Amino acid sequence: MSGGVLGFLTRRREARAWHWTDVFTYVYLALGVLLMFGPVVWLVLSSFKTQAGLVEFPPTFLPLAQVEVEVEVRGKLRSLPLFRVTMDDGSVRELAQIRRIGIIAQMVDPENPAETVRVPIADREPIREFRLAWSNYSDPLEKFNFLRYLWNSVFVTLMATIITLLINSMAAFGLAIYEFKGRTLALGFVIGTLMIPITVILVPVYLVVTELGMVNSLWAVIIPGAATPTGVFLLRQYMLTIPRDLIEAARMDKASEWTIYWRVVMPLSLPALAVLAIFSIMWRWNEFLWPLIVLTRSENYTLQVGLNAFQGELNVQWHYVLAMTVVTLLPVTVVFAFLQRFITTGIASSGMK
Amino acid sequence: MAHLHLRAVQKAYNSVQVIHGADIEILDGEFVVLVGPSGCGKSTLLRMIAGLEEVTAGDVEIDGQRVNHIPASDRGLAMVFQSYALYPHMTVYQNMAFGLENTRMPKPEIDSRVRRAGEMLRITELLQRKPKQLSGGQRQRVAIGRAIVRDPKIFLFDEPLSNLDAELRVAMRRELAALHHEIGGTMIYVTHDQIEAMTLANRIVVLNRGRVEQIGAPLELYNRPANLFVAGFIGSPRMNLLEGTVVETDADHTLLRLPGDRTWTLPFGLDVAPGISVTIGARPQHIATGAPGTGDIDVVVDLSEQLGGETYFYATPPGPGGLPQMTVHELGQHTVARGQTLSLRFHPEQVHVFAADGGILRHGPGHA
Repeated sequence: MSGGVLGFLTRRREARAWHWTDVFTYVYLALGVLLMFGPVVWLVLSSFKTQAGLVEFPPTFLPLAQVEVEVEVRGKLRSLPLFRVTMDDGSVRELAQIRRIGIIAQMVDPENPAETVRVPIADREPIREFRLAWSNYSDPLEKFNFLRYLWNSVFVTLMATIITLLINSMAAFGLAIYEFKGRTLALGFVIGTLMIPITVILVPVYLVVTELGMVNSLWAVIIPGAATPTGVFLLRQYMLTIPRDLIEAARMDKASEWTIYWRVVMPLSLPALAVLAIFSIMWRWNEFLWPLIVLTRSENYTLQVGLNAFQGELNVQWHYVLAMTVVTLLPVTVVFAFLQRFITTGIASSGMK
Repeated sequence: MAHLHLRAVQKAYNSVQVIHGADIEILDGEFVVLVGPSGCGKSTLLRMIAGLEEVTAGDVEIDGQRVNHIPASDRGLAMVFQSYALYPHMTVYQNMAFGLENTRMPKPEIDSRVRRAGEMLRITELLQRKPKQLSGGQRQRVAIGRAIVRDPKIFLFDEPLSNLDAELRVAMRRELAALHHEIGGTMIYVTHDQIEAMTLANRIVVLNRGRVEQIGAPLELYNRPANLFVAGFIGSPRMNLLEGTVVETDADHTLLRLPGDRTWTLPFGLDVAPGISVTIGARPQHIATGAPGTGDIDVVVDLSEQLGGETYFYATPPGPGGLPQMTVHELGQHTVARGQTLSLRFHPEQVHVFAADGGILRHGPGHA
């Protein structure tokens, strides 16, 4: 295929003509991209809008803000919003608004500040420019201790993922490599716990956590969810595909069971571990209900719980919510970009006939 | 190096008996081949020796010590797998060093052992490669190298050559024989290929359906098979087997009736009553061909294979009678057309006579 990116993006069944299936496929894919990325793009753009820009109707796509000019009004230098006004005689002028009374706006020409003009508000239209409201980001990060929340989230996510990978792979190793009575039963129990929703065990787990004195500690978020049935099952199924000969060869090589686990099975399970790591990072990063329950002091909040704090009973600070939502999205995106190639590479498929 | 003794070893999976009591003694430095058709239990037997499979009954002894409950890792044996079982995430060097690292051997010692094995197997330049970058033959060498560096009591080989192509297999076979001469360890080798067994072994153990059929040196099995199974399994092409009935027998003659109302006199007696059915075995090279009517049986040639230095005929006796197709070996080049009639003359002193239950009745006097 020639033509680089454009050639890649317009690949067809046959080189010459567009078949209707080509058109259908591209429409379908474009729709998919729109459905999946549309909200994200909207979110990112909106996170740069001012509070006023967010509630504006009809909404604008790009973050726009009204242009302001410095005008000296009655001896005072004031910053006034600029409007494009259609005058009675049909001419168009750019005027700054001093104040608005009912349906009449009192305006002034920045070039000639001494003269004020009264204009019906229907005849003026704000002049706007593309402007990013960085304060949406800087304010929460500086004033509301969001960096602390960010660190808490990173800590919870990293520790929980490491612990999850470690104990899930150990359980999977036991269930995949060893033959013992009740193996299927044990696996059945593990998978059976998938059917119990978290809301059912919320109160008992909370009581346990309280008894252990872990309330308001990040470990209370990390430990209860570390063993996941999905993870055990995923890793076990993958480990079953590792040829038995390799395990037996390791046994003949005087490897202890720990060595077999750590030096043979774990490296060969890397693709499955990467998948589980990605899942675990996403689960932990987005976790909301459980941290909300066990973390009550604001210095222990994770990002998700911190975001919730912007939603007051009467007033939602949408500009902060949106900006911080973007912040919470970034790390998962980066993680996914780096780890996703592991999902597709099969490392264990080599070396054996 | 060690001496291995299997005493009435049995293996059963639930109620299915796979090995029915194997008694095998393998001496220090011997190269023993376990051979048999697939499913005969030879790999299972090897895995029981290795400790990868539990022994249902009987004892496995290494150097006089019962090892039934000693795990594979503590038996001090090394095994080469059919699939090679190289660790795909490790380099050749790491593959070979892995077993030594597990014994906490000092690094310089590991290094010198791996390099020595690498030189012996001519894989020194491959040490930093991953298994998937190697050809089948190279992988095979690495798998053998992994066993050699350990300096094990016994080497176990589980069909190590079956994944190689024919030419490489012959070459590796020769190298294995040379290797055994060089390091002189006790080796147990499993294969279904009787040519490998014949060429490599000091002694062969023929297995069939979980039973040991015969144990002996390669030529002993070839010349004096203990039963019909060994007679048919060892030797390529197969021994010709003809069923017949004893009409009369005395000290030096036996008159047989073959299907199709043919009769045939053997120049030795059998210790059986007249009327007993027997099976006569004659190897392809123990049959001579001649002009029609001059030999024991006339046959029609179905196929002839010219190998240059030798010729094989596959021929069937015409008419009713149910005699099977027979294989005849002749040295040199013979142009015989399909459909041509020949006469076969058996060398009666070279035949084997088997009883109806498959056991040997008598070897011809030529095999004394």
